[in-house]
Amino acid sequence: MRKLLLHPLAKPLLFAVALLPCATLLAAVLQHTLGPNPAETLIRSLGDWTLRFLCLTLAITPLRQWTNVAALARFRRMLGLFTAFYALLHFSSYAVFDMGLVWDDIVRDVAKRPFILVGTTALLLMLPLAATSFNRAVRWLGPARWQRLHRLVYAIALLAILHFFWMRAGKRNFGEVAVYGAIIAVLLGWRLYKATRGTRYFMKLGSQSAKG
Amino acid sequence: MLLPQDRGFSHAIASEITPQNVFQTRRALLASLAVSGAFGARRAFAQTTAARPLPATRSTVPGALTMEKPTPLADVTGYNNYYEFGTDKSDPARHAQALKTRPWTVSIEGEVKKPATFGIDDLLKLAPMEERIYRLRCVEGWSMVIPWVGYSLSELIKRVEPTGNAKFVQFVTLADRAQMTGLSSSVLDWPYVEGLRIDEAMQPLTLLAFGLYGQVLPNQNGAPLRLVVPWKYGFKSGKSLVKIRFVEQQPATSWSRAAPEEYGFYSNVNPSVDHPRWSQATERRLGDGDLFAKKRPTLMFNGYEAQVGSLYAGMDLKKWF
Repeated sequence: MRKLLLHPLAKPLLFAVALLPCATLLAAVLQHTLGPNPAETLIRSLGDWTLRFLCLTLAITPLRQWTNVAALARFRRMLGLFTAFYALLHFSSYAVFDMGLVWDDIVRDVAKRPFILVGTTALLLMLPLAATSFNRAVRWLGPARWQRLHRLVYAIALLAILHFFWMRAGKRNFGEVAVYGAIIAVLLGWRLYKATRGTRYFMKLGSQSAKG
Repeated sequence: MLLPQDRGFSHAIASEITPQNVFQTRRALLASLAVSGAFGARRAFAQTTAARPLPATRSTVPGALTMEKPTPLADVTGYNNYYEFGTDKSDPARHAQALKTRPWTVSIEGEVKKPATFGIDDLLKLAPMEERIYRLRCVEGWSMVIPWVGYSLSELIKRVEPTGNAKFVQFVTLADRAQMTGLSSSVLDWPYVEGLRIDEAMQPLTLLAFGLYGQVLPNQNGAPLRLVVPWKYGFKSGKSLVKIRFVEQQPATSWSRAAPEEYGFYSNVNPSVDHPRWSQATERRLGDGDLFAKKRPTLMFNGYEAQVGSLYAGMDLKKWF
């Protein structure tokens, strides 16, 4: 398993697989097979894929810790960048196909509709993370500051699920929202659990040394 | 209020007016569309028996025949809001085949001199079938053009002789757990109910529809009979009707009960009154097929202002949304 993950072709393969949804949608656009409301289908599919890649990105660290397979970390950056890629496509297709790229209307729509405001905020928060994803950015910022910045992804995840929840609220159709919500809850909950347990551990150490 | 003169139709865009020679061959065009559409909708129709024709003559009611291009049959029968069969647009085409549309009765109750229960065959013969091509505007911001078959609801209303107390009409639709997969969800209180003011119900454009594209209504479109009120958002037009009740007080309606801030009793198509969560100024016409097609401006009363505007003279339509 570790050998497979460390294989030189593992990353290019993941890259190709991650492009498949985009390629499939592009083919459907060209062949006019997106159904009666092609704009709606395209925008929603891209939103679904953003959410899926976000879950995959957030799953890397817990999986690494549960399985002790350090090699998984190699793929975290690429998955994060694909999340931002699909989020950008999602927003762009909304801006072009739903709003006709009329910026006045887009600004008014973002302000008027809470669920769009929340989604747009999540996208804007992703941009600094995508922009500081390369190795040299880590050096520039210093690992501690870089990590603090990239904890924004937790806020992004919560905004993304709220965006999805509000979008579905019109029809009270919460089945899929519950699935993604549960996945994100487990992935963030695990981190919270680790963090609080860690604090208690250090507090115990501190009190022991004070006694000593 | 100054109302435009009723010339039988109203158009925003001159290029959409059909040339006369095309208009005169529209039946052949419709038939060919129906055939090509039927192939596209194979999946939708897969479990039905062959489509049954429902002959009709061209309607003479003012405004009843828009000359805009009809939405392909595959889209009309494959993209539906019919929550009793699921909330996804493709659910009704998949699940509505379970609906048995015969035997079927519609009971007429309340403030009428002649309450009655009509069988579907009596209703089919009650008045001559007319072909009417209406715009349909959904509250969600999309629209279609559909060639319906049916007759004015007023034909039925006249037979049952409403009393002076009949100020409103309530429409009750089928809610049968055994046949309708979507009823287990709590999206709405079942059965789905809708209502009109009696003068709205008597307006000749208010259609009791039994078919579309020259055929008996497909189940997912509200078989065996449904209402079509073309100047109101689509949800006002109840499907698979089982009861029509004449009442004195404004009746409860499903969506205004579920979300009173968002859906009013009137729900007339109005580009200047936004839904709380989105604009109603424009709409996406389905069947343009083109991802890059621009949205079109939504028309006051869905383009039927000349015919129905007078029903609302003096009313503040922002208040009575």
